[in-house]
Amino acid sequence: MRERRASQDARRAREFEAFVAGAAGRLLHAATLLTTEPPDDNPRARKLITAALARTYASWDRLRGEDPYDRARQELALRFARAAWHQHRGYGGVLRHLGPQERLILVLRLYEGVGEEQVSALLGLPMERVRTIHARAVALVLHPPRGPAPAAALERVPS
Amino acid sequence: MNGQARMEREVRAILDGAQGAVPPEIHPEAVRRGGRMLRRRRVLRRLTWLALCLALTAFFVWVLLARPWVEPPSKTTPPLTGW
Repeated sequence: MRERRASQDARRAREFEAFVAGAAGRLLHAATLLTTEPPDDNPRARKLITAALARTYASWDRLRGEDPYDRARQELALRFARAAWHQHRGYGGVLRHLGPQERLILVLRLYEGVGEEQVSALLGLPMERVRTIHARAVALVLHPPRGPAPAAALERVPS
Repeated sequence: MNGQARMEREVRAILDGAQGAVPPEIHPEAVRRGGRMLRRRRVLRRLTWLALCLALTAFFVWVLLARPWVEPPSKTTPPLTGW
C-alpha cells in the first residue's frame, strides 16, 4: 500500500513536471490577457495559474485520459470567472477596454481556440449570449473607445 | 472571406503577442499546494470511512442487545368477560 502510493506519487510528480514545462507559458499568457497586466509584471496572473495548476495536480490521478491542459484551462477560467466580478477595471494591455466576461470569452474562443459550445457549457451561459459577447469583444479590441477606458464601458458588468 | 472571420483573425494576431517568461517558483508552489489538497482529501476520506464503520458497529451492537425483531410482550390486558 505504502509502496504503491510512493510509486504513484513519483509518477505524478514526473508527469506533472513535464506538463508544467510544456503548458505553463501558454497558460500564463492566457492568464495575463485575462488580468490585463503587463507580461513582465503579472502577479495576479501568476496567482491564477498557480492555483489552477495546484488543482490540476490534486486531480492528476483521476484524470483518466482527460487532457490535463483542458483541466488546467477550465480551472483557470472558472477561478477567473468567480473572482473577476469584483474587479472591473483593466490595468493595461490589449484587452483593457473589455469587461471581465468579454475578456474571458474572447481569450477562450480566440487564444485558446475553445468552441462556442464548450465555452457556453463551461460558463453556464446560453450559446447566443456567448456569441453576442464574443462579437462585441472582437469589435472592442479592433475599435477601442478613445481615451482611457470610459466609465460606461466599466459599468457593463456581466449579469 | 466574411468580415467577422477577418476581424477574428486580426484579434487572434493581437492576442498572440509577446509572451513573458514563466517564473520558476510556479511549479514547486503548485506541487506544494496540490499535494496539500491531496493529503487533506485523503484524511477526509479516511475519517469518513472511520465514521461509517463506527456507525455500523454501533448499529449491530444495538441490534444484538435490543433484538427489535422479537415481538414485545403485550402491554394491554385482554378484556375479561364471561365469568
